[in-house]
Amino acid sequence: MTAMLHVRRVLAAGPADLATHAGRHGPLPWRGGPGLLIPTVEAAGLTGRGGAGFPTARKLAAVAAGRRSVVVGNGAEGEPASGKDLALLTGNPHLVLDGLQLAAEAVGAARGHLYAPAGAVPRLRAALAERPGWDRVPVELVEAPDTFVAGEESAVVARVEGHAALPRDTPRRVVEHGVRGAPTLVQNVETLAHLALLARYGPGWFREQGTADEPGTFLATVSGAVAAPGVYEAPYGVPLGELLGQAGGPTAPLQAVLVGGYHGAWLRPDTALPVSRAGLRPYGASPGAGVLVALPTSACGLVESARIAGYLAGQGAGQCGPCVNGLPRLADTLDRLARRDTDPGLPAEARRLSALVTNRGACHHPDGTARLVLSSLSTFDHEVRLHLAGACTAGRSAR
Amino acid sequence: MTDALWYLGRGTGVVALVLLTAAVVLGIGARSGRPLAGLPRFGVALVHRNASLLAAVFLGIHLVTLLFDPYAQLRVVDLVLPFGGAYRPLWLGLGTLASDLILVLIATSLLRHRLGQRAWRAVHWAAYAAWPIAVLHGLGNGTDRGSLWLRAVAAVCVAAVLAALAWRASDRFTETARLRHQREGFR
Amino acid sequence: MKLHIDWTACDGRGLCTELLPELLDRDEWGYPLPRDGNPEPAVPAGLDAPARRAAAQCPRLALRLVP
Repeated sequence: MTAMLHVRRVLAAGPADLATHAGRHGPLPWRGGPGLLIPTVEAAGLTGRGGAGFPTARKLAAVAAGRRSVVVGNGAEGEPASGKDLALLTGNPHLVLDGLQLAAEAVGAARGHLYAPAGAVPRLRAALAERPGWDRVPVELVEAPDTFVAGEESAVVARVEGHAALPRDTPRRVVEHGVRGAPTLVQNVETLAHLALLARYGPGWFREQGTADEPGTFLATVSGAVAAPGVYEAPYGVPLGELLGQAGGPTAPLQAVLVGGYHGAWLRPDTALPVSRAGLRPYGASPGAGVLVALPTSACGLVESARIAGYLAGQGAGQCGPCVNGLPRLADTLDRLARRDTDPGLPAEARRLSALVTNRGACHHPDGTARLVLSSLSTFDHEVRLHLAGACTAGRSAR
Repeated sequence: MTDALWYLGRGTGVVALVLLTAAVVLGIGARSGRPLAGLPRFGVALVHRNASLLAAVFLGIHLVTLLFDPYAQLRVVDLVLPFGGAYRPLWLGLGTLASDLILVLIATSLLRHRLGQRAWRAVHWAAYAAWPIAVLHGLGNGTDRGSLWLRAVAAVCVAAVLAALAWRASDRFTETARLRHQREGFR
Repeated sequence: MKLHIDWTACDGRGLCTELLPELLDRDEWGYPLPRDGNPEPAVPAGLDAPARRAAAQCPRLALRLVP
């Protein structure tokens, strides 16, 4: 197999102290005032890399419209199957910090915060210590707890304010009313890294990779039955097979790939499937934060899904009734199905509970969990039929 | 005339105590989230509110009549600052304290939306202090103290609140207690 | 006008489901369930007064009317 030329933009090659970083990319390309960077970002078509894919220029403009705004770089991955933010924060912190500075200038913020997991804090403290004179806006490092919902936008705001990292009711959008009431930009650290590059090299350069509607590259965390699980960079639209190939290729025949992480969907392992919003939308999926988990045929899709659902049920903030009550019951229902309980009403009950928890909470944790469960019932429908008859494709001995 | 004021003062005091007791019991009932005595849930909440306001009205009349009654020797300051009165300062002071608390309870409840849930709730717990203080004041202060009928009324009030508290502490108190997943924390 | 539910405050006491039965059903745990499936159910003009009452009466201040 010929070596594939893999694009490398935000993933650094080698050491990344400030001097090396400056040598590689040059000084911070300040624009000289608020709002001036936004047309460049819009021309580049940069979208959020935290999962939602919201157009970054629109978000910047919304925050810039307010006064005394604040910027927060969100590196709290929360998702166990994702490692890209940690890799970026420890491997290329100056690119992220550059992006935070440029975003602060763009929205007229006087201070910034970097919300990062414990594992990245030492490296980030060292990086920040190199930057006086380089930075214009002071950046406070805020440690994010290792919980699933800690990276949710309103939870980030709460933690930066000094409260627990739990989602809040948001009658007003965070871009208007966030940290201590100020208009707040909460931006994923990967998005900030892309911002730092396109501000230097221009929208044309940014659009050289990816598709016309989804330009640029993204970081993917590939795990499961692959030879070299890890964080890889690829352009949007990359065929699924090629991305799995970057991670060393499947170690066994695959039955499905979890796309978009624990709040994502199971898809058939079609190697030609383009990994992009447009490519995945017909299958009810989205790249999300670039998480891919390869499931071999030797495993049972329902057992895996039940494990994930159980984990998610335990990771709720414990604030909202439908989630607190519904998610454990949903996980339990899927677990019974995974254990080959022959009650024929189980799939319908799982669907009923999924609908009951969706859109009834302060955040989208229950919605994402329901999505994962419904996807597993659909993609593994053959498995469901077998389990209700007491059997399983993975052929493990009963109970 | 002064006898009439004295009777009115004592009478309204007893009525206020009974209404306060009803308010406490209904407040506990409202917390259960259950429909009670044929009333829908929002009805229980409304009757609780009305009983409290009516108690406040009778409390107000109680204070005003006693202010004008020479035997009570009440100054205006005694209506607000406790334990400084001329006639039975300790027992009178308890009454002042209870009425101060009731005033704050009602004011904060009327302004609940402006105060926010946390602040309102912190103050509302004081109801559990206001009521026993009012009972003690009633038993210790009036010239009826020792009389059988007053003790009987007080006994019924205390029994009612104790029964409500026992219900409050039981595990079948709220309508939804059995239906829900147990989560940490007391709400 | 729409009805916004603060789910972190809601304790499923059910007063709103009594005052706005046209808009809200109640799930098996006691929490309000918008009949139109919308997270923020629209309040038709005729139900304006009951909706205000529900928001005023909620014992947890979990309801508010938003434009």
